[in-house]
Amino acid sequence: MTITTAGYSLLPVLPELTLAVGAMALLMIGAFNGPKVTGLVTTLAVCLLVVVGAAEIMLPAGKHVTFAGSFIVDDYARFLKVLAIIASAVTLILSREFLGDQSRRIFEYAILVLLSTLGMMVLISAGDLIMLYLGLELMSLSLYVVAASNRDNAKSTEAGLKYFVLGALSSGMLLYGASMVYGFTGTVSFAGIAAEARTGNIGLVFGLVFLLAGLCFKVSAVPFHMWTPDVYEGAPTPVTAFFASAPKVAALAVFTRVALTAFPGIVVQWQQVVVFVSLASMVLGSFAAIGQTNIKRLMAYSSIGHMGFALVGLAAGTQEGAQGVLVYIAIYVAMTLGTFAIILTMKRNGQPVETIKDFAGLSRTNPIIAFFFAMFLFSLAGVPPLAGFFGKFYVFMAAIKSGLFVLAVVGVLASVVGAFYYLSIVKLMYFDEPVGKLDSMRVELRTVLAVAGVFNVLFFVYPAPLVNAASFAAKSLF
Amino acid sequence: MASVMTWPVLSVVTFLPIVGAILIYLSRGDDEAAQGNARWIALWTTLITFAVSLILVMRFDPSNGDFQFVEKAPWLAATINYHMGVDGISLPFVILTTALMPFCILCSWKSVTNRVREYMIAFLFLETLMIGTFSALDLVLFYLFFEGGLIPMFLIIGIWGGPRRVYAAFKFFLYTFLGSVLMLLAIMALYWNAGTTDIPTLMHTAVPRNLQTWAWLAFFASFAVKMPMWPVHTWLPDAHVEAPTAGSVVLAAILLKMGGYGFLRFSLPMFPDASVYFAPMVWTLSVIAIVYTSLVALMQEDIKKLIAYSSVAHMGYVTMGIFAGTTQGVSGAVFQMVSHGIVSGALFLCVGVVYDRLHTREIAAYGGLVNRMPIYAALFMVFTMANVGLPGTSGFVGEFLTLIGTFKVSIPTATFACAGVILSAAYALWLYRKVVFGELTKPALQGIKDITFREGLVLVPLVVLTILFGVYPKPVLDMSAASIQLLVNNYAAATSAVKAAALLQ
Repeated sequence: MTITTAGYSLLPVLPELTLAVGAMALLMIGAFNGPKVTGLVTTLAVCLLVVVGAAEIMLPAGKHVTFAGSFIVDDYARFLKVLAIIASAVTLILSREFLGDQSRRIFEYAILVLLSTLGMMVLISAGDLIMLYLGLELMSLSLYVVAASNRDNAKSTEAGLKYFVLGALSSGMLLYGASMVYGFTGTVSFAGIAAEARTGNIGLVFGLVFLLAGLCFKVSAVPFHMWTPDVYEGAPTPVTAFFASAPKVAALAVFTRVALTAFPGIVVQWQQVVVFVSLASMVLGSFAAIGQTNIKRLMAYSSIGHMGFALVGLAAGTQEGAQGVLVYIAIYVAMTLGTFAIILTMKRNGQPVETIKDFAGLSRTNPIIAFFFAMFLFSLAGVPPLAGFFGKFYVFMAAIKSGLFVLAVVGVLASVVGAFYYLSIVKLMYFDEPVGKLDSMRVELRTVLAVAGVFNVLFFVYPAPLVNAASFAAKSLF
Repeated sequence: MASVMTWPVLSVVTFLPIVGAILIYLSRGDDEAAQGNARWIALWTTLITFAVSLILVMRFDPSNGDFQFVEKAPWLAATINYHMGVDGISLPFVILTTALMPFCILCSWKSVTNRVREYMIAFLFLETLMIGTFSALDLVLFYLFFEGGLIPMFLIIGIWGGPRRVYAAFKFFLYTFLGSVLMLLAIMALYWNAGTTDIPTLMHTAVPRNLQTWAWLAFFASFAVKMPMWPVHTWLPDAHVEAPTAGSVVLAAILLKMGGYGFLRFSLPMFPDASVYFAPMVWTLSVIAIVYTSLVALMQEDIKKLIAYSSVAHMGYVTMGIFAGTTQGVSGAVFQMVSHGIVSGALFLCVGVVYDRLHTREIAAYGGLVNRMPIYAALFMVFTMANVGLPGTSGFVGEFLTLIGTFKVSIPTATFACAGVILSAAYALWLYRKVVFGELTKPALQGIKDITFREGLVLVPLVVLTILFGVYPKPVLDMSAASIQLLVNNYAAATSAVKAAALLQ
C-alpha cells in the first residue's frame, strides 16, 4: 500500500490522519446535534481510539520515516503511542459519569481529548524540533481547555488558567532552546543535530538546557513542578486522571527521544541535568506528599516523584535505561488509572469526597475496593511482588550499570520515604474505624479497576510480554 | 531420582497456602459459621502443607551438600528465572515454617474474633512468602518473597495488634524496607557483574574485592535489620509487643531467621573476602547485642518485650557463629536458629495463654501462677530453661556450638559471649519467678484456669521437640552437615587464597 502526497509517504501517519479526521467528524456530530449527544460522541471517541490503536499496531513492522525525517514510526513510537491511546481511551471511559451530569454535557470534552491524543502521537513520533513543537502545542492547548472544563467551578477555571500561563512560559523556554540549538547546529532534525553536536560547545549546551527545561515542565519534574498540585487539585477528577497518565507518557517519550537521539554525542552534558532533575523530583515528591490531606494533591506529588524515578532510567543514557523508562511508564499508567478509578468512586450520598481521611475504614465498608487500593499503594511504593516494583527494578538496574550509584542510593532511599505516605493511606483504610459506606461503584469504574488491579497484582506471574516489548522498543532508539 | 521430579514438591509446598487462602476468600459470609470455616480451612491447609513438606525431608539426601528438588522455569528475562531448590541449610527453615504455622493458627483460634477470614488469609500468604524466601534460588525471586512478606506482616500487626500497633507496624515496615532496598541495589550490581542472578552460579563466581565490600554492606543492611542486630534492633520489641500472639510467633520463629539465612546463603559464599574483613565488626556487634540487650531485658516490665530483647541476644550468638566461619560455628548457628524458632515461638505462645486470660502483659500483674496453673508452669519452665540454654534443652546445643566455633577464631569474642549466658539466666529466671512463683495475691488471678486442651495441643509438641533436640540434636545437624561443610570449605578456600596473596606481597 503506498499513499503519497508531494512525494512523502502517508502510510506512517495513517493512524494520525484517521484520528484527526475522526475527531473532526465527531465535532460535526456534536455541533449539529448539541449537548444531548455527549454520551454518543464520547462512546464513538473511545471506538475511534481503539481503531487508531489497532491501526498503529498493524502498520508494517520496522522503521518508517516520512516528511523528510520529521516523522518517525519505530517500535519505540508504536509502544508509547499504544500506551498513550490506551490511557486516553480509559480516561474517556472514566469520564462518563462526569459528562453524564446535566450541567456538564460538553461533547467538546471528548473531542479535546482526541485532539490532545493526536498531539501526543505527533510528539512521540517527532523526528525534528518543529514536529516536536507542533505536537507539544496541540497536546497542551487541548489540555488547558479540558482543565477548565468544569466552567462554573472557580477552582477548575483557576487550574486551567494557571496551567495555561505556566505552560506558555515553558513553551517559550522550549522554543528559545530550540532556536539556540538550531543556531549552533544549523539543523532542526534530531539526526542532523546528533551529527553536529559532537562537542558540547557552550551555545549548544545553553540551548539544550532550555530545551530540557521546557520538557521538564511537561513531565512535571522538579524544579518545574509547581503547577502540578494546583492543577491536579483544581481540575475535575477525570481530567486529573488524564493529566496523570497520557500526557506524561508522551512528554516522557519525547524527553527520552530528544536526549538519546538528538544529543548522543554530549551525553555527559545532559546527563547532569537529568540526574539533578531526577534526584530533586524523587526527593521532593516523597517528602512533600507527606503533609498532604487531599488525595488529588497527594497524587500530584506522587506523580512528581514517579517522574523522578522514570528519569533515573533516562539518566543512565543507555538502551537498558530506555527500556527501564518504558517499563516504568507503562506500569505507572496502569497504577495511576486504577487509583483514579478508585478516587472517582469516592462518593458519599452523591457527593464526591476528596480528603484522605475519607478513606478511613474502607476495608470494612468496601473490602474489595480497599484491597485493590492498598495493592496500588504498595505498588506505587515499589514493594514486591507488585507491578510497581518491576518498574523501579528496571530503571535502577540501568542506573547501576551506568555507575550512577549516588542517584540509585538516593532514589531507593526516597522510595522508602515515599512508602511512608502510601502506608498512611493503607493505615487509614485498614487500621482505622470506618466513616460510612461509599455509594455503589459504577460499572465502567469497576471494569477499569478490575483490569488495572489484576494487572498490578498478577504482573509478576508473567512479566515477559511487557518487558520484551519495552526491550524491542528501546532497541529501536539506538 | 526420576520419580522425585515428576511433581514439583517444593513449589507445591510453597504455593499450597495460597490455595487455602483463596478457598477462605471464596467462603463468603461474616457470621460465626464462616469464621469457623476460615479457621478450619486455614488449619487444614497448614497441616497439609506440613505433611507435604515432610516428603521433602524423606526424599532429601543429607550426604549431598548441593541443592535438591531443583525447579527451573523461564520468568523475567533470559537470565532471571523461576529457580527453586533447597539444601541442608534452607531445608530446616522450610520445615520450621511449615511446622510452626499450624500452631500459629491454633493459638489464634479463640483470641482472634475480629475479621477472622482476613486474618487467616494474611497468615497463609505470609507462609507462602516465608517458604519461598528459604527456597528461592534466584536473587530477584528471593527478593520478591523476602520483601513481599512485609505486606501481610504490616497488616497483621496493624489490624490485630495492641494499642500502639500503628506505630509498631510502620516502624517494622519502614526499617525493613530501608534495609532491603539497599540490598536490591547490590543485587543489581551483582547481576551486572556476573550477568545472572542465579544463586548457585553466583556462589561460584568471583566478585571483585571492591564490589564485595559494598555488596556485603548492602546485604548486611538488610539482614542486620531483619536479624535484628544491635543497634538496628529497636523495631523488634515494638513489633513483638504490639503484634497478636501468632504474629509474634512468626516474627520471632521465622522472620528473624531470614537474616541469618541470608548471611549463610549470600554473605559468606558470595563475598568471602569482605566477610573476613568485616567479621570482627560483626563479632563486636554480636557481643554488644548479647551483653547489652540481655541487660536491657533485665529492666523490662512487659513480658513480650523481655522475650523480644532475649531474641536479639540469642540472634547475637547466631551472627557470631556464622562469621566465625568454622564448621562448629556455622552448624551451631543453624541449630541455634532452629532451636530459637521453637523456643521463642513457644515462649510467645505461653505469653499468649496468660494474655488471653488477663489481657495484660505486665510482669507486675502476674505472680503465683503455679498455684492455679501447674501444667502451664511446668511447660513454661521447660521453655524458660531452653531460653537460658540449660544442657538437655535445644537451647544449649546451639549456644555451645557457636561458642566453640568462635573460640577457635576469636577468644575475646567468645569470652564476652559466655558472659551473656549468665545474663540470660538472670533475666529468664527472674521473669519466671515473678510470673509463676510466689504467693497468688492478685485478685484478678484468683479465678484463672489452667491451660485448655487446645493450648496443650499447641505447647506439648514444642516441649517434646525442645527436649528431643536437646538430648538428640542429630536430625537437624545431620540434615545440614553436608551443606555446611561445603560452605565452610569454600569459605576457607576463598579466604586462605586471600591470605596467601597478602603474605606474598
